[in-house]
Amino acid sequence: MTRAVITHGPRRDTAVVVPDIDMTAWLGNLELASPVLTASGCAAAGRELDQFFDITTLGAVVTKSIMLNPRSGRPTPRMAETPSGMLNSIGLQGPGIEAFLDKDLEWLRERGARAIVSIAGGSVDEYTRLASKLRHVSDIAAIEVNISCPNVEDRGQVFACNAAAAAEVITAVRRNTAPGIPVLAKLSPDVTDIVAIARAVVDAGADGLSMINTLLGMVIDTDTMRPALAGVTGGLSGPAIRPVAVRCVYQVHAAMPDVPILGMGGIRTGLDALEFVLAGASAVSVGTVTFHDPSAPVRVARELAIALAERGFESLESAVGYAHRAPDPVPASGGATTEHGETEDADAVVEAGAEG
Amino acid sequence: MSVQGKGGAIQVTGEVIGQRKAGDYHVLTLTAPGIPELARPGHFVAIAVGGPNSSMLLRRAFSIYSVQSRGVYGGTLEIVFAAHGKGTEWLAKLHRHDQIDIVGPLGRPFALPKEPVSCVLVAGGYGSAPMFSLADALRARGCRVDVVLGASTESKLFGVLDAKRIAASLTLTTDDGSVGEHGRVTDALPAVLARTDADVVYACGPMPMLKAVAEIAAEHGAYSQCAVEEAMACGIGVCMTCVLPVVGDDGVTRMLRSCVDGPVFRGDRVRWDEVGTIPEGTLGAPVSGGH
Repeated sequence: MTRAVITHGPRRDTAVVVPDIDMTAWLGNLELASPVLTASGCAAAGRELDQFFDITTLGAVVTKSIMLNPRSGRPTPRMAETPSGMLNSIGLQGPGIEAFLDKDLEWLRERGARAIVSIAGGSVDEYTRLASKLRHVSDIAAIEVNISCPNVEDRGQVFACNAAAAAEVITAVRRNTAPGIPVLAKLSPDVTDIVAIARAVVDAGADGLSMINTLLGMVIDTDTMRPALAGVTGGLSGPAIRPVAVRCVYQVHAAMPDVPILGMGGIRTGLDALEFVLAGASAVSVGTVTFHDPSAPVRVARELAIALAERGFESLESAVGYAHRAPDPVPASGGATTEHGETEDADAVVEAGAEG
Repeated sequence: MSVQGKGGAIQVTGEVIGQRKAGDYHVLTLTAPGIPELARPGHFVAIAVGGPNSSMLLRRAFSIYSVQSRGVYGGTLEIVFAAHGKGTEWLAKLHRHDQIDIVGPLGRPFALPKEPVSCVLVAGGYGSAPMFSLADALRARGCRVDVVLGASTESKLFGVLDAKRIAASLTLTTDDGSVGEHGRVTDALPAVLARTDADVVYACGPMPMLKAVAEIAAEHGAYSQCAVEEAMACGIGVCMTCVLPVVGDDGVTRMLRSCVDGPVFRGDRVRWDEVGTIPEGTLGAPVSGGH
């Protein structure tokens, strides 16, 4: 059914069989050669990961959220390990948009990698100015608007927790961005109704959604008997949050099936990525797991291709949202789907029990 | 894959060759194809712990204690650790032939003097791990090497025999007086610096020790090279958790990453008193009244 193609692994020089299926991903009008991207804040601007695999094979590098001015971030300790995850409180440390454009984006351009630039601001005006700076920059695949970083001093600044505030930011960015460049809104799961926020930003002009950002969390050090992070609270990420992320993607895709979603939250394997695709994500980002396995993005892409082929899909696109199909479908292609699904579910139950 | 420094790390599957106890510590010998050949004194490796389905996502960072680029097993390297957490307890239970995922060599190694000068190496606990390959490299350049090792108690000193082999003089200190001088390395250091007329001090250990070493070195007109032990999540420069305030050539303080800008820093450039804070005036620091 599918033709096997021998390619070489990203490292250790092992030959890997990758099925020859169409892995082209579409985020609206944006065509990506691979459905696997990095996640903002988990890959800097791509340079460090390029030591471990060829970053030009990614769908795109989603860069760490950049602000208008240089920013020191929060004091240390900035992280704590949690079961199958971590809590971070970086606070958007970065060099500011000018240095980012001169050094980081320039490097990505020279390297030939596609870039989705993530921007963050403390006010609608800051987002407006960031978008204006990017308007005259060529070779940007898309802009991701981070309206959901939990590591800010004032929780009132988390635009993504308020539909009107989120819409206001997206309106401003969309208005100041070249028409051909997609604007993705990055949403927070820490809301009562994520569909309402998603609808508000889409109505405001977002071309797609990035889901999800971290969940606000906290760890207390039982030796010092104080919060483990200097910033007290932090963002929870990693495989621990994956079910929350899949739920968010599923709910939003059910409500707005035509809105492209870049899915993320704890993706560790190709099967994890497949969950997001089946829930409705058109492409996925690999984030925190990159800290554990720096070559994870290419491994996940390879595993996803194999998982799709095993289930009889001939393209990535045909699997997007497949979990939403009507009950009792005519088996589209082979009986392997059910068997694999049940096996994985059984594993998941055992794992959840062990961790819980 | 053969470029040194910032672009030179690789991710490999290694194999456990052996494990032994050294006082209160564990020494793990690993194959790590390609890494021993690239490693220089002060480099570290980041190791995934807990196996393929581990719930521990963060790599553990270890100084490279020794490397052997040729041998029965090809290139091997050794790390030293105390089994004081879930990750290191897992490492301590590894057996010969177990596989292990290793990233390295990471970080900026110790800067070596061009001239055959007098060097003092100071370490606390198993912070001494990178000091012996450093001592070899310094001696190969004709440098005089004197060593000061300290710990809370005798079983927490690491590498005393290595130091005896390498050093022109060895000074030991313990907090409880179980061996060597009663006190801390920083109590013994001024006399050693005076006696050896040291030009450079190399140090590795906890922050308060490094702060004191940097100050004592400066008082004696010596340069200091301090390897910090800062908590890291990734070890490769992408997570931004391991930062500390460091003054640059331009006089501006920046929050630098220990993993790629360090772990070795010039002692006179780190704002030791303000580690764990964002000092006023740091590039991008919050202005009073908030952002």
